[in-house]
Amino acid sequence: MAIRFVLLVNKQGQTRLAQYYEQLTIDERRALEGEIVRKCLARTENQCSFVEHRNYKVVYRRYASLFFLIGVDSEENELAILEFIHCVVETMDRYFGNVCELDIMYHLEKAHFILEEMVMNGCIVETNKSNILGPIQLMDKSF
Amino acid sequence: MEQLKTIGRELAMGSQGVWGSSKEFLELVKTIGEAKSKAEEERIVLAEIESLKRRIQEPDVPRKKMKEYIMRLVYVEMLGHDASFGYIHAVKMTHDDNLLLKRSGYLAVTLFLNEDHDLIILIINTIQKDLKSDNYLVCCAALTAVCRLINEETIPAVLPQIVELLNHQKELVRKKAVMALHRFFQRSPSTVSHLFPAFQERLCDRDPSVMSAVLCALYDMILVNVKPFKHLVASLVSILKQAVEHRLPKSYDYHRTPAPFVQIKLLKILALLGTGDKAASENMFNVLGDILKRSDSTSNIGNAILYECVRTLTSIYTNPRLLQNAAEITAKFLKSDNHNLKYMGIDALGRLIKITPECAENHQLAVIDCLEDPDDTLKRKTLDLLYKMTKANNVEVIVERMVEYIRNISDNHYKTEISSRVIELAERYAPSNQWFIQTMNQVFEIAGDLVPQKVAHDLMRLIAEGAGEEDEDADSHLRSSAVQAYLQILKEPKLPSILLQVISWVLGEYGIADGSHSAEFIIGKLCDIVATRPGDDKLKGYVVSAITKICAFEKAAGQTVDLIPECVSFIEELYASHSTDLQQRIYEFHAVLKLDRDTIASILPMDASCEDIEVDKDLSFLNSFVESALANGSRPYLSDNERRGMGAMTTLASNNDAGTSSLLRFQPYEKPSIPEPAAALVTASHYSQDAIDQHDIYSKSSSNDGTRLKLEGVQKKWGRPTYTPEAQVPKNPINISDSVKVSSSAAGKEASSRNSSAPPYTERKQPSQEISAEKKKLAASLFGSKAGETKAKPAAKLQQNGTSKKAPAKPTSPPAPAPAPPPADLLDLSDSLPQIPSVDPVDQLADLISVDSSAATSTTSLVEQVLDAGKVATKGPSPQASLQKDSVSRQVGVTPSGGTNPDLFKDLFG
Repeated sequence: MAIRFVLLVNKQGQTRLAQYYEQLTIDERRALEGEIVRKCLARTENQCSFVEHRNYKVVYRRYASLFFLIGVDSEENELAILEFIHCVVETMDRYFGNVCELDIMYHLEKAHFILEEMVMNGCIVETNKSNILGPIQLMDKSF
Repeated sequence: MEQLKTIGRELAMGSQGVWGSSKEFLELVKTIGEAKSKAEEERIVLAEIESLKRRIQEPDVPRKKMKEYIMRLVYVEMLGHDASFGYIHAVKMTHDDNLLLKRSGYLAVTLFLNEDHDLIILIINTIQKDLKSDNYLVCCAALTAVCRLINEETIPAVLPQIVELLNHQKELVRKKAVMALHRFFQRSPSTVSHLFPAFQERLCDRDPSVMSAVLCALYDMILVNVKPFKHLVASLVSILKQAVEHRLPKSYDYHRTPAPFVQIKLLKILALLGTGDKAASENMFNVLGDILKRSDSTSNIGNAILYECVRTLTSIYTNPRLLQNAAEITAKFLKSDNHNLKYMGIDALGRLIKITPECAENHQLAVIDCLEDPDDTLKRKTLDLLYKMTKANNVEVIVERMVEYIRNISDNHYKTEISSRVIELAERYAPSNQWFIQTMNQVFEIAGDLVPQKVAHDLMRLIAEGAGEEDEDADSHLRSSAVQAYLQILKEPKLPSILLQVISWVLGEYGIADGSHSAEFIIGKLCDIVATRPGDDKLKGYVVSAITKICAFEKAAGQTVDLIPECVSFIEELYASHSTDLQQRIYEFHAVLKLDRDTIASILPMDASCEDIEVDKDLSFLNSFVESALANGSRPYLSDNERRGMGAMTTLASNNDAGTSSLLRFQPYEKPSIPEPAAALVTASHYSQDAIDQHDIYSKSSSNDGTRLKLEGVQKKWGRPTYTPEAQVPKNPINISDSVKVSSSAAGKEASSRNSSAPPYTERKQPSQEISAEKKKLAASLFGSKAGETKAKPAAKLQQNGTSKKAPAKPTSPPAPAPAPPPADLLDLSDSLPQIPSVDPVDQLADLISVDSSAATSTTSLVEQVLDAGKVATKGPSPQASLQKDSVSRQVGVTPSGGTNPDLFKDLFG
């Protein structure tokens, strides 16, 4: 399993979206999120976008006030994951139009659906934006 | 145009908002979004839980309202609170006919439940029904849920249906069916092993998205077993070729790079298939060469592919020309100003040097730059690389760097990891014992109790054994320098227990060996050690033994020992210790001191911790004693087994006796005396044990009844059921003096006996058994090649290289605050960042937080306040956007609170 979690956290450390691909208890998640966000916040712009934390490698990217973090195992290609984050954001942007933190908060389930289409079983399965958004837009239309 | 867009957006958002969520929900999200601190967020969520608990129970909640409640539950869990009271409602929602509600239900269930939760069983039925649905989107929703919820036991319930769906007319369904089977493979490989042909068929699916899903599954399967998939190399290479040549539909492009994630997945698979397989690898060379040529090294994604290609090239059968290209790419990464690329470069270099170690030479400069970078991630990655390239000629420099690094970090996880590497390298490449001891002392000082006990034993052993037999002078020099170093270290406060143990042992063994320190001085130091850690029984044990040895050495040398007052009070205290081990040691200490000079000298000889003890297993020296005893009418000795057999026999015999003698005897039967033979057995075993004890003392010294009796008393007093005679064999007073004197044949038994009797000894003892082979290796690397001078020179050269080349390197390194994003980072659209004040208070505060993580919670609210102060400065970075969002909120009737948190509205792309 490559991707072990996807997290969206704002710079106050508040979680905006969390999807784990392995079993963790609520307390473990809480601790993990706190520690990782603290580490990422402490880093400057020109440091690299990868942080090691326990047995995770965390690849993160900041968009406005929001951090996108993906935890991967040691065999993963960090640079590719970094670009995958961008691909996720582009996809969300195409769906919401000028996506912002509040869009994701208001439509948390939609953000999750997008992610469900892109990552399954911890693998990147789809990066083709029309394939990702097609079923979601169809679902929206059916109401 | 801009206005039109805004209006359209408002309409779209409005309709979603009105349909999807009530004013109440939007208000909730908004208050959470505007919460200024974790504490405030917590209050909001707790209130929300209360209200949800009440309202979700109400009868006849409309379905849409229920969906909203469930999303609110998702919020509650996401923010770290338990929402289990509402799980059942999420489960019910999966039954809904409405697709959005159904999918939301499935989503909530997958977020709430793990696959072993009791409620899962209620969903299986729904999933089965949905898998049969005519609506392919319903099918997909169910398949997505299957990937998260089905565990090993429930796989058979859905497997046939999913296999059927592999041939569904919709590619989306086929893709998800493949992923569901992939999941089953992860959970229980045997359930889908018969489906390998079906997977391969899907690999040739007319839709690329299905093919790429199959790659995910293939990767995991090949990881487990390469063999059944070797024949796929040609097909995979041809797929990769098509992808590289841009023959997949344009919609799979990412920033004009053709299907990069598919390429990377394929490269990973080829790396597995080509490992150690020349024929397979030769099939790949062509396409790999193509990728190296075509990939765009100015974009992140192009570089990601190039990096993956390097990885593949370093794991398959080598091709010199392509490896040369890989080395060039690595060099390019390392020279880049972009830290991400440097990181990838360091990693790639680590892979390259496994095949061509000499290529590291060309990058010394870049590597040293990375090592000195303030970026912790890069530094740590570089240390990983150095660890991989350590040799005898550079070990000193590298270990020095690592030690310096662990000195400055507080994270125990990495401290442990890196210090174990330091130890490993030091053991493997140490240029001299002196250096090794110094390095170990540093590691103990810094990482202290994170270091495994075994390392301490190895260090003590090294000091004791020295360089070997031939050079006693060098050894004693080594020891006195160790003693000197430790006396120096003792001046520092707060030393870890394990280092103090080593120090105690060394001071006890060699403190007065060279005559430069008096016994009183050393004993005083030892008492000081105890005073720093009053509750540490293990350490006390070490100290008592050390004091015993020093007193014994003194007495053996004909001196009288006057214990200093601290020492006396320390000892007095131990008589009443709760630790039986300590009590035993202290009683033994007294017993030893009462002995005469010669006996002491033979029990605790100076510097004999490495000498073998001859164990006379036949106890031949007792022969005369036994004979005289026999002559005086004693029963002959019976072995344990014989005695057991005899026990049964005698009971039998006595029964018979009773039968016959009852005629003659008229008193009533005695109480059944079954315990008697057993008791006899016990005492007998004590005797045999005493005999062994005696033997041990005798083997070292002339007979001394006083000691024997004393020890016997101690052992009986504290004897545990585990004191079995067999295990007891080498348990003797000599052990106090210390472990290492025992011959290896006896030591095995001893180690096992220690398990039960004296834990501190056990740990000290066992490693000596386990690592004897490793130890030899260590010794070989430490002393095998005496080419100290030739070794030292290259090391020095490297250091010089480091420093001399560093100077010209500095100017070339990029100025830290790059004003414009480097061209390589085209994709990084975070250009909203210049709007953030140059000194970001977040970063400063975050530093504080990371320094004192324990206090973080208390400081959080303070931090948030300051953060908000910081935010005022950045307020309203994109008024356009916040206006848009505000208007949306207004439309659904939520009063915007005047941009208290403008970030909420900020477009992510700035």
